[in-house]
Amino acid sequence: MSTVTLDDRLGTGWRKPHFITNPTLRWGLMLGAAVYLVLAIGSIEVNWSRVAEGMSRGWAFVTSFFNPDFVSRGGDIWDGILESVIITITSTVVGILISIPIGLGAARNIAPLPVYLVCRGIVALSRALNEIIVAILLVAIFGFGPLAGFLTLSFATIGFLSKLLAEDIEEMDRVQAEAIRATGSTWLQWVNYGVQPQVMPRLIGLSMYRLDINFRESAVLGLVGAGGIGATLNTAFDRYEFDTAAAILLIIIVTVMVLEYLSGIIRAKVQ
Amino acid sequence: MPVTQTAKGVKIWQLRDRNQTLIRWAGYLAVVAVFMWCWKRISDATTWFFVWDAPRIAADIGGRAVPPRWSYMDKLWGPLWDTLNMATLGTLLALVMAVPVAFLAARNTTPSAIFIRPVALFIIVATRSINSLIWALLLVAIIGPGVFAGLLAIAFRSIGFCAKLLYEAIEEIDQTQVEAITATGASRWQVMAYGIVPQIMPAFAGISVFRWDINIRESTVLGLVGAGGIGLQLQSSLNTLAWPQVTLILIVILFAVVVGEWISAKVRGAII
Repeated sequence: MSTVTLDDRLGTGWRKPHFITNPTLRWGLMLGAAVYLVLAIGSIEVNWSRVAEGMSRGWAFVTSFFNPDFVSRGGDIWDGILESVIITITSTVVGILISIPIGLGAARNIAPLPVYLVCRGIVALSRALNEIIVAILLVAIFGFGPLAGFLTLSFATIGFLSKLLAEDIEEMDRVQAEAIRATGSTWLQWVNYGVQPQVMPRLIGLSMYRLDINFRESAVLGLVGAGGIGATLNTAFDRYEFDTAAAILLIIIVTVMVLEYLSGIIRAKVQ
Repeated sequence: MPVTQTAKGVKIWQLRDRNQTLIRWAGYLAVVAVFMWCWKRISDATTWFFVWDAPRIAADIGGRAVPPRWSYMDKLWGPLWDTLNMATLGTLLALVMAVPVAFLAARNTTPSAIFIRPVALFIIVATRSINSLIWALLLVAIIGPGVFAGLLAIAFRSIGFCAKLLYEAIEEIDQTQVEAITATGASRWQVMAYGIVPQIMPAFAGISVFRWDINIRESTVLGLVGAGGIGLQLQSSLNTLAWPQVTLILIVILFAVVVGEWISAKVRGAII
């Protein structure tokens, strides 16, 4: 490498260093991205006349947000939201209860290798499958209704919580756990007094976050017949009743905002 | 931590005193009561005969679903390409829209904390709380079925996610660098380009790849509501009860998701 002295640099303008320093890689990536973009955009067929036609309908939807109709389908909306909330609560509670043992099992510093592998397998399976696909399969097996939705979200909660809980346990402070063990505690006492206090604040925070996610997900489960507000929403869209749809969406948005606010308060309190 | 003394003068250590314990148990009772009520509602809405019958049905479907119909793969390459495009172009479009929103929402870059910041925050919450399937449902109703509706659904859903993470990154930047650029007499835009953007660039790249990975998952099911991609094939196979095709599609989706996650992990590892 040639040495660059200050004199060489004097008089030349400063240039921003590139994000990717290797020029071959940089230009290669740019070229690849350009080729891909041309191919991808070229392969998307947009029916512009249909889009233009839909614009007025889109505008009608936007205006209906300022004029939502909570009343004319009030009964259906109320039933749907209540069912969504019920699915959310039950699946979160059951999901947390199941994910605690699985999370313990998926932490390498607590569990023996066979248990660890089984638990990690369950976590990977739960995370790889999309909620909607699980819901479709469970509706086919258990029939229409909130039970399928409850099982779907419980399953999804297990993957999410167990993984994050296991990672938290793996990062815990060993000294405290050893101190409990040195008192001659049993395994259960060791987990309860040595491990649990260290991971509890984060577990509570994650559970609140998952409650929030589960509510949002429960809003779409109805599309495939797994209960909740989704079915009502789907019907409203199909009948172009945008004011009812806007009312449902507003309820979802407000509920999510309230949940997020509450979880912020609770998390600030426990941490 | 209260310590009580028995009549013999032996000290007993307890974690909580009586009132704290009572409040705690009342809390547990309330949670259990709510849960049981919810469970009763679900139980009432369930046809239990179908549930007891479920193992037989599951075995039946499982028997029909294997072996997967590999020859159907020829028809899946097109939808798979569409799915990839929806995820990638949707993420790009979302980033284009999310960057201004993030700058308006971050406390240290927003032009007005009273008027503009709440609007930006509302955009973030509203787009985030509506699932991409609902966006797709809406867009299919407005602009008609097809890949374009799916692309827009992915894009709108991702704005909130990307903007939220990005504005948190902007709020955490090192202020001294910004001050140094300002001290050279740089304009507002120059401060942005040389003081703020280089600091958030790694976070930005990480967020983009992370969201792209999530979008691959989500775009696989958008076809269920008519928004194109491999979900369309899944829907038609389910409707015709062609279980061997469903198995194949599920395998393909699982494969796509795993590959997407692998690429995303590699890229994020290289950046950070």
